[in-house]
Amino acid sequence: MTFSVLVEVQLRPGISDPQGQTIEKALPTLGFDGVSDVRVGKSMRFEIDAADEAAARAQVDELCEKFLTNPVIEDALVTVESA
Amino acid sequence: MTKVGIVVFPGTNCELDVAEAVRGLGATPEMVWHGDGELPAVDAVVVPGGFAHGDYLRPGAIAQFSPAMAAIKEFGAKGGPVVGICNGFQVLTETGMLPGALQKNAGLKFLCQPAQLRVETTNSSLTNTLEVGQVLSVPINHFEGNYTCSTETLAELQANDQVVVTYVDNPNGSMGDIAGVCNAERNVVGLMPHPERASNALLGSADGQAMFSSLLAAAAGASV
Repeated sequence: MTFSVLVEVQLRPGISDPQGQTIEKALPTLGFDGVSDVRVGKSMRFEIDAADEAAARAQVDELCEKFLTNPVIEDALVTVESA
Repeated sequence: MTKVGIVVFPGTNCELDVAEAVRGLGATPEMVWHGDGELPAVDAVVVPGGFAHGDYLRPGAIAQFSPAMAAIKEFGAKGGPVVGICNGFQVLTETGMLPGALQKNAGLKFLCQPAQLRVETTNSSLTNTLEVGQVLSVPINHFEGNYTCSTETLAELQANDQVVVTYVDNPNGSMGDIAGVCNAERNVVGLMPHPERASNALLGSADGQAMFSSLLAAAAGASV
């Protein structure tokens, strides 16, 4: 079976985010007030062949751990759906 | 004669400067292509700066899977001196040979300027001929040099004397003002500043040569 995967990579809680801080500081100067706690991440989409959803998820988790994230500073939120 | 292996990835751009710096100290540089799974007979390894594999995904993320890195990991595990400079430091953290990670500079500016570095320990393959408290002028040239780790790791690094050099005036937001760290065994060192660009008074500073002298001293002492 083929599954569609969405991996959202975020800096872990407590890790400083220079991009988020810069965006947060810029917002009031553009007239947007009341925005706080801005965190910037990246998302990746791909398809994967696996026997079932659990197997697909296990493969993606390993891929995230070994390559798509740096576990020292980043976490991944994984969504797996039937393609 | 001491041989220094210099790893070249697609996108590496400081290899010739490192070669010139070690040649100036009487050592023989030897380029090592990233695709080679075996290291030639070298006494030390430098992972130089640049943009290995275009820095795609994260700096050093793809480079960690190059065949040469497996050989360098083995060389380092046997006690061989390994130094990662700038992008090389990022590669060594991604391979897990050094603790922590390098993320975008605080303020999001690419920084290209001289930096004053304070030597924090002389017990490393990059500082064994220096003195604690000595200040070196060595340029930095990076966008992702903001040293980051968990507070537990930082405490551990400080307690174990693994912080090798710090910035006198922190330019990029690095935790603990860290410019360079070493592993627990002290033979693997990574730093963001470029000692090879401070290898001759004509370049504005020759302070970096003292670091390469230390590396060659470590190479002479190690038996890999």
